[in-house]
Amino acid sequence: MPDQTPFLHISKITKKFGSVFACDSVTLQLQQGEILALLGENGAGKTTLMNILFGHYVADSGSISIGGKELTPGSPRRALKVGLGMVHQHFSLADNMSVLDNITLGTESMFGLWRKSGEARQKINKLINTYELDVDPRSIVKNLSVGQRQRVEILKALYRDSRILILDEPTAVLTPQEAEHLFATLRLLVDKGLAIIFITHKLREVMAVSDRCLVLRHGKVSYESRTRDTDVDTLAREMVGGEVPVVEQLPTSPGKKVLSLEGVGVKNSDGYSLLHDVSLELRGGEIIGIAGVSGNGQSHLADLISGLLSADKGSFELLGEAVVSPTPMGMLKRGVGRIPEDRTGTGLVGDMNVQENLILENYWTKKVSHFGLLKADFMRKNAKDIMEQYDVRCGGEDLPVRLMSGGNMQKLILGRVLSEEPSVIMANQPTWGLDVGAAAFVHSRLIRASRDGVGIIIISEDLDELFKVADVIQVMYKGTLSPPVRPADTDAREMGLAMSGHLEVFASTVAEAHHEA
Amino acid sequence: MRLEPREHSSLLLRAVVPFGSAVVALLACSVLILWADASPVQAFFLFIKGSVGSKFALSETLARTIPLIFTGLAVAVAFKAKLWNIGAEGQLYGGACMATWLGTGMIDLPGWLMLPLLFAAGALLGGLLLLGPTLLKTWLAVDEVVTTLLLNFIILLFVNYLVFGPWKDPMAMGWPQAAPMVDTALLSTLLAKTRLHMGLIWAFGASVLLWLFMRFTTWGYQIRAVGYNAGASRFAGIPVNPVVVRTALISGGLAGCAGVSELCGLKGYLTLDLSPGFGYSGIVVAMLAGLHPLGVVVAAFFVAMLSIGADSMSRALNISNYIADVATAVSLLAVLVSMLLVRYRIRWK
Repeated sequence: MPDQTPFLHISKITKKFGSVFACDSVTLQLQQGEILALLGENGAGKTTLMNILFGHYVADSGSISIGGKELTPGSPRRALKVGLGMVHQHFSLADNMSVLDNITLGTESMFGLWRKSGEARQKINKLINTYELDVDPRSIVKNLSVGQRQRVEILKALYRDSRILILDEPTAVLTPQEAEHLFATLRLLVDKGLAIIFITHKLREVMAVSDRCLVLRHGKVSYESRTRDTDVDTLAREMVGGEVPVVEQLPTSPGKKVLSLEGVGVKNSDGYSLLHDVSLELRGGEIIGIAGVSGNGQSHLADLISGLLSADKGSFELLGEAVVSPTPMGMLKRGVGRIPEDRTGTGLVGDMNVQENLILENYWTKKVSHFGLLKADFMRKNAKDIMEQYDVRCGGEDLPVRLMSGGNMQKLILGRVLSEEPSVIMANQPTWGLDVGAAAFVHSRLIRASRDGVGIIIISEDLDELFKVADVIQVMYKGTLSPPVRPADTDAREMGLAMSGHLEVFASTVAEAHHEA
Repeated sequence: MRLEPREHSSLLLRAVVPFGSAVVALLACSVLILWADASPVQAFFLFIKGSVGSKFALSETLARTIPLIFTGLAVAVAFKAKLWNIGAEGQLYGGACMATWLGTGMIDLPGWLMLPLLFAAGALLGGLLLLGPTLLKTWLAVDEVVTTLLLNFIILLFVNYLVFGPWKDPMAMGWPQAAPMVDTALLSTLLAKTRLHMGLIWAFGASVLLWLFMRFTTWGYQIRAVGYNAGASRFAGIPVNPVVVRTALISGGLAGCAGVSELCGLKGYLTLDLSPGFGYSGIVVAMLAGLHPLGVVVAAFFVAMLSIGADSMSRALNISNYIADVATAVSLLAVLVSMLLVRYRIRWK
């Protein structure tokens, strides 16, 4: 069916920011009826390319044509008009309005007195039937599941007569089952003649859904292939630009209990329950992975163990002692290292330099200050040591950390935590947004620390990550934590069920896992 | 049009650009001078002559610099912690009241003890005056810009009541002023036959001390961390609210010192014209200095020069001395824009 002239033709797009090429002569072709997977690490230029496509940026050179007609650069309005539609990773829906209202929002004439909701409803129903997008136009968005909300976003784009649909990391918020559902929808959409660009970094999904794939690296197209002619390893190598670092798995021998939560519940100041029933038991030398779709209470669990929230029911013990009213300082003093989710917001002070950021959690100790005076020699040496040991590559210890890359920032935080020799580490999304090399570094250091006897909790939305590093996985759903399960005893399908609320799927495997541990 | 952060800007650039742009702003003010039918060249000559052109002019400018250093430091330290203290004017009067209360006969100690005591007492009241708004901010999230600003008027009216009422000096022939300070409470002159007094040394000492404090102590480190990123500070276990309260005491205290030094060094008795808005000018000074304690000294001198020079110029040329206010405002705007441009560059499209 696809004809020879490409429907979307991005030709030699180049865009420079300062001296850095965000896009360097990128050429991309897309036929109708085709799903193209766009791959690349953070900073490879995917976002910039899409911003140029949608007219938010103007390319320094190059051109874009759609259906044989040149696209006016720098005009978001034109881009929408010719049929480009985007489904963002973070939805832009009004929670308190109906699906119908959300879809038609912004499409009606500003001067019309009456809404043409009859026509709109007809059109939407037709779209729902044609593309099997199972959602009721009358329901209120806040009552919908994440998967359904994503369908509303797709409907929004289709309602505006999009012919090219771009999905940015669409599976990040979905359970594996919901992702399968999405893939089926996408196949149906291209069968009816749409063209789809699917932005992702999950290679298994590329293989599962795309017809063709294109890898961006440092702003250049580094690899292009039909999906059936390639494999996961090749794609990974092309993304990283070399061999993919292997995280060494070391044998585990869990020691004594370092942290335990039993039936813990947490309420916020308005009495709203954030965590209902959380039980976990962490031993030294063990890594517990907390899985779950984002927003199910994982961050509250992290805050609880970091000392920012306190439990109002259940018991919380650390190294055999009850934790009564936790504070960040108290937790630090008791040997809890914390790697926060938001590196720039809570992990580091961007306007302070490397030396100053590294003493943020221990500036009050004898080794860093004396009679309230900071020890400048110690600070400099400490910074140099940590930068060397944790492979932080940047302009030196006097550089404000806001100028550093995400990977270097995370290595600094990791160094700050590990150099204090904690007995427990609470790592919330430790590799979020990192490139493969930095992520592997973080993983291997955490594994090494755990094998030296540290008990580690890793919260992640990326199941692959947890299967790679965790000894035991627990799933969080609406503030409740499932029993632990060993990665070897489960699979993605079961995890998906648990992540969508069927926590009981692990009940049978629990006992065995625990006995063996 | 977009602003793009610059990856690197040198310290020299950051130090030179603000003052360069202030000079440019002054040149822009020549339009007003032309409008007032005067020659800008002559005006600037008179301006320089009147502010730094003679021993007397320089001494006047330096005397004016003293309170501006104190209030500039007060604002700088508070702003560094993102505590928006607009109340330095009131805290200044608070410090002066405390010194008047103690130093007009209540106690009499030798000078080497008396002055430190008055400064300490003045700083204490200045600090306490900022404590209220700060506690409201930390407990109830009441906006301190509003409370500190409005507190200025309350304090000023209270001083009004004092100098018209209970503290009115019967020997002052009906003028609303308090009794003169005892001799041991006066700061000695630094330069014979001028009004320049020892307060300059106190102010300079305060700025050096504050710089060392911010740079090398854990308390200063906490203030900077809290100001730059309160969320990260809280996460790291820094007691954010106590740090802000401590900063308030330091800030208010420094503003109180401005009042004590004006009272004991220049005026000798409490009146309602003790400060022509030094508290507010302190904000300008602190911003010009980029909140750097040593920069405050230079910025305070610059602002003092503007007002003394413009006074002298306007007298000589018979044009309104409001030109000084305009010049100060325009140069502040120019400096703020230039500092933005040091951190960011403009990209068209």
